[in-house]
Amino acid sequence: MDLNTIGSIVTPGSRADLDGWRPGDAWLAGGTWLFSEPQPDLSRLIDLAGLGWEPFAVTQAGLSLAATCTIAALDRIELPAAWIAAPLVGQCCRALLGSFKIWNVATVGGNLCMALPAGPMIALAAALDGRCTIWTPDGGEQALAVLDLVRGPQETALAPGEILRRIDLPAAALRRRTAFRRVSLSPNGRSGALAIGTLDAGGAFVLTVTAATRRPVALAFAALPEAGGLAERIAREIPDSLYYDDVHGAPDWRRHMTACLAEEIRRELAGEAQA
Amino acid sequence: MIVTVNGTAQEATPRPGQCLRTLLRELGWFGVKRGCDAGDCGACTIHLDGEPVHACLVPAFRAAGRTVTTVEGLGGSCAPGEAGPLHPVQAAFLAAQGFQCGFCTPGMVMTAAALDQGQRRDLATALKGNLCRCTGYGAIRDAIGGTARVEAPAGAPFGSSLPAPAGPAVVTGTARYTLDVEAAGALHLRVLRSPHAHARILRIETTAALALPGVVAVLTHADVPARLFSTARHHIPTDDAADTRVLDSTVRFVGQRVAAVVAESEAAAEAALRALAVDYEPLPALLDPEEALRPDAPLVHGTDDRSGDDAPPLNPHPNLAAEVHGEIGDVAAGLAEADLVHEGTYVSQRVQHAHLETHGAVSWLDAEGRLVIRSSTQVPFLTRDALCTLLDLPADRVRVLCGRVGGGFGGKQEMLTEDLVALAVLRTGRPVRWELTRQEQFAATTTRHPMRVRVRLGARRDGTLTAIELGVLSDTGAYGNHAGGVLHHGCNEVIAVYRCPNKRVEGRAVHTHTLPSGAFRGYGLSQTIFAVESAMDELARGLGLDPFEFRRRNVVRPGDPMVSTSLEPHDVEYGSYGLDQCLDHVEAALREPGPDAPSPDWLTGRGMALAMIDTIPPRGHVAEARLALGADGRYELRVGTAEFGNGTTTVHAQIAATALGTAPERIAVRQSDTDLVGHDTGAYGSTGTVVGGLATLRAAEALAAALRQAAAMQAGLDPSLCRLDGDAVAGPGCRIALAALAEAGPVEAVGRAEGSPRSVAFNVQGFCVAVHRSSGEVRILRSVHAADAGRVVNPMQCRGQVEGGVAQAIGAALYEDLRLDGEGRVVNPTFRHYHIPACADVPATEVFFADTHDSVGPLGAKSMSESPFNPVAAALANAIRDATGARLHATPFAPDRIYRAVIAAQEAVPSRPASAGQRLVRLDS
Repeated sequence: MDLNTIGSIVTPGSRADLDGWRPGDAWLAGGTWLFSEPQPDLSRLIDLAGLGWEPFAVTQAGLSLAATCTIAALDRIELPAAWIAAPLVGQCCRALLGSFKIWNVATVGGNLCMALPAGPMIALAAALDGRCTIWTPDGGEQALAVLDLVRGPQETALAPGEILRRIDLPAAALRRRTAFRRVSLSPNGRSGALAIGTLDAGGAFVLTVTAATRRPVALAFAALPEAGGLAERIAREIPDSLYYDDVHGAPDWRRHMTACLAEEIRRELAGEAQA
Repeated sequence: MIVTVNGTAQEATPRPGQCLRTLLRELGWFGVKRGCDAGDCGACTIHLDGEPVHACLVPAFRAAGRTVTTVEGLGGSCAPGEAGPLHPVQAAFLAAQGFQCGFCTPGMVMTAAALDQGQRRDLATALKGNLCRCTGYGAIRDAIGGTARVEAPAGAPFGSSLPAPAGPAVVTGTARYTLDVEAAGALHLRVLRSPHAHARILRIETTAALALPGVVAVLTHADVPARLFSTARHHIPTDDAADTRVLDSTVRFVGQRVAAVVAESEAAAEAALRALAVDYEPLPALLDPEEALRPDAPLVHGTDDRSGDDAPPLNPHPNLAAEVHGEIGDVAAGLAEADLVHEGTYVSQRVQHAHLETHGAVSWLDAEGRLVIRSSTQVPFLTRDALCTLLDLPADRVRVLCGRVGGGFGGKQEMLTEDLVALAVLRTGRPVRWELTRQEQFAATTTRHPMRVRVRLGARRDGTLTAIELGVLSDTGAYGNHAGGVLHHGCNEVIAVYRCPNKRVEGRAVHTHTLPSGAFRGYGLSQTIFAVESAMDELARGLGLDPFEFRRRNVVRPGDPMVSTSLEPHDVEYGSYGLDQCLDHVEAALREPGPDAPSPDWLTGRGMALAMIDTIPPRGHVAEARLALGADGRYELRVGTAEFGNGTTTVHAQIAATALGTAPERIAVRQSDTDLVGHDTGAYGSTGTVVGGLATLRAAEALAAALRQAAAMQAGLDPSLCRLDGDAVAGPGCRIALAALAEAGPVEAVGRAEGSPRSVAFNVQGFCVAVHRSSGEVRILRSVHAADAGRVVNPMQCRGQVEGGVAQAIGAALYEDLRLDGEGRVVNPTFRHYHIPACADVPATEVFFADTHDSVGPLGAKSMSESPFNPVAAALANAIRDATGARLHATPFAPDRIYRAVIAAQEAVPSRPASAGQRLVRLDS
């Protein structure tokens, strides 16, 4: 929609041009959220497109995603065969409420910075030990785990003027087995609960829960637990108050589904481990 | 900047925060629609450098130097206002008639054209960014799959699946909807809305707003007529309570108009809204309808406000908007003689029409100084009359007309924009336009009436009904628009369809400080039918009877009186009867082996429900049609009824062509303009075919007789020997061209219909469903619908009405819920938070038509537009009950609301209860 309070657009061509953040500014990446709601408090957009960030890089260290990498570009990346977590990328892209047309514009970084519980890029990056690189207004850089970036619904650790520059997914995480489960109130609706399990070569298991909870939650196990052990950890470490409550799922159902999906994941990974 | 659109390089100067959709429309590309303005509906889909994107989310400045293709230019280059050659996808949408109102069609076409083969195989995923509210996606899936629905005419036009005349314009984006007009110099109107559920406005400070550049006027309650009116429009204006002011000094719901700003641009108008300072005195608010009639409840209206004439309340409580009471026979005795009694309370939630074109109007003074309003309305004539009354203007000083209307579903049987736009034009003397945002559409227009329905049914062991009792509490919200009509209708056909000597209804519509309920597809019946048909299912189960057999034993048959709560004579008759056929069709289809459950984690079951509807609303519904033979030998048909995807234009052309012995292409239909005909009550109550069509038939028959007479005179023959044949009148040994008959001047005939007597139409819905044992997810494995529409004028279109009605009802049954918070604010005023069915949510519905011929409707036809909605929720509930053992008492059946009941039912009883030898018990609660 038209954002009629916007008086100017700035398109910096390099980091040096980025100074001068002021109240009423917003970083413009894909714009798919910014332009989807009234923004009466904004007066200026700073267009990140002019910075010309390479969308992604595949190196021995892992997959590095620019914050401005579109969902469509992410979905198209060919990953090395040894990175058997690769299917998770497509699964998380498809978990986005927006269609493939939104993928053409929406960005990975935008999804993270929105910090919606159902943000599937948060799920992907959290499950694969994503590390964020943040540019600070003083010209410096900060590193932050994705799990620490997203603090709650539409709340991040970013201070005004800070920019999410990059998300790095380490190769070690990409080499894990994964299992993905998602449920929503309608078949292709906004995720009500999204859980990802990863199992590394040494047998260590991590369950990452998003959508059901106000912020991403990761539960690490030295080895794949039994059903009871998994349920108990979930019950102990995800308090009722952490389950999200909005029109896309009542909190009691999200809690119930988190347990169900986690158990399905545990069984899937256990089956593979035996095979 | 330069942007190349559809092959033409155009110079543009986008505003900094402007989105590409607005810019493209300013450049003359009206095919780029504004449906949600938030990236959810896809109606603005364009190709940017070949990639499909939602133009409402793209900052306009980013189009600099790039190439844009809109729906107009999909098939090749064209200039603004025109369309290029037809693209194969557009041709496919024409062949399948993959549209009804067509407002979503440009976006559908542009999306479909961008799909690869893999995406075309998975339309549920590929189309998740495109919403259609009319079709139920069946015709869209056919279009993309290359399956044609249009048939070559075989014999008479009546009964053939002919395409809509507007089709080529719809699929190329050149059909002009309400606001698809250049309005040079038009001012923009925006409205400040109440943040309080109930408050007195103490002061509105306008100075700062008026001082802003571009602001032309601010209207407050000090600037409007004192006269009260109802936003509801009915044939008899006093049916609805006159309880509304254009702008009031008291606000009664969050979202009510407080002030209007008129400015040179939307941006200036928005800035002015922010500059208005309003002092409110908040007052106690009533949000719970259950509390409305308590002696100490906050009052929504004063004690001196009068109510509407339809179902006026007897009780003096000012929060009571309407009442229906009645009893025939002796319900207490009927319950006493029952072997089994079922009692349950069933709750229907607040849902929104969600037509893709929001309410909007543009108005100006014509050369004679007459007020002209181009509006998105189902009732142009009633709106004209209401404006004349409100503004003290004679009827010949106001003209109301429609462009193509982007969906209605009852939501546009209200005057929600025209009053304010008219006042703004009269105040400023300049053209004014007002387009509601999607957020306003959700939070401040009207909804279906939320209802709580208590049902008590009794039956004997052999399945004979002995008593039906309904207690209805309807929440009409802050204003009484449609309160009485919806209550009355909701309590009528739902029980009139059952033969039972003892019936009682106690219905109340109450006011609350919430957004007003209004007319909605089904007009009260969807809520009560959910209750009664769920209860009938329980009763049949309790008696160990098949639900179809149980219905057959108890439904009315021709000759039975149709009675709800009164033995007073009425004008509804059995013009035809196809309920028996409908039951047979659905029963047979459901008996066939159904699809398997997705996995053992899913429970499967079947369910059905029926619905009856009077073919015409009561208390009068008139239409006039004027049909003229022009000098070119072609016909022009003028009707009042509006086209918003209901297909009446096609139907009217088919009816007229049949009576005139010609092809529909020879008949140009003009419609929905108060200048065209004397009067038309409007396109509501499914009257486009049975009232409007009857007027057209009468006009056509009169014109045909006149033409035969004229030709007979010329040829010296008896008129009975002449017949109309295409472009001529033929007689023994002669053929006189119509053009020749028109040489002496145009030949015209007028037809009128009064909406009485009325007939009945029927719908039966069946579902096979799978319900996940643990998550509560519901998947529809099979959907079967049988409709008794009399002789079907256009089977393809009628099927589309059924598919669309079922789809919309699936949304209301499974997903949709317009939620209010504790302050009365709408929580989810966007499509991403108010989920209407997308392609993935809607199964294909098999549609059967009963073979009947109605003696009341034109050429045997009956109404079939709103009623397919009505049996759906109950049929789904009954199928879920069959699958899981859980009886659901409230829509929507969303997983998070039903999973506990589903799990509990599995633990309590086997999922398929024994059907024979069951002990009969009284179920009292």
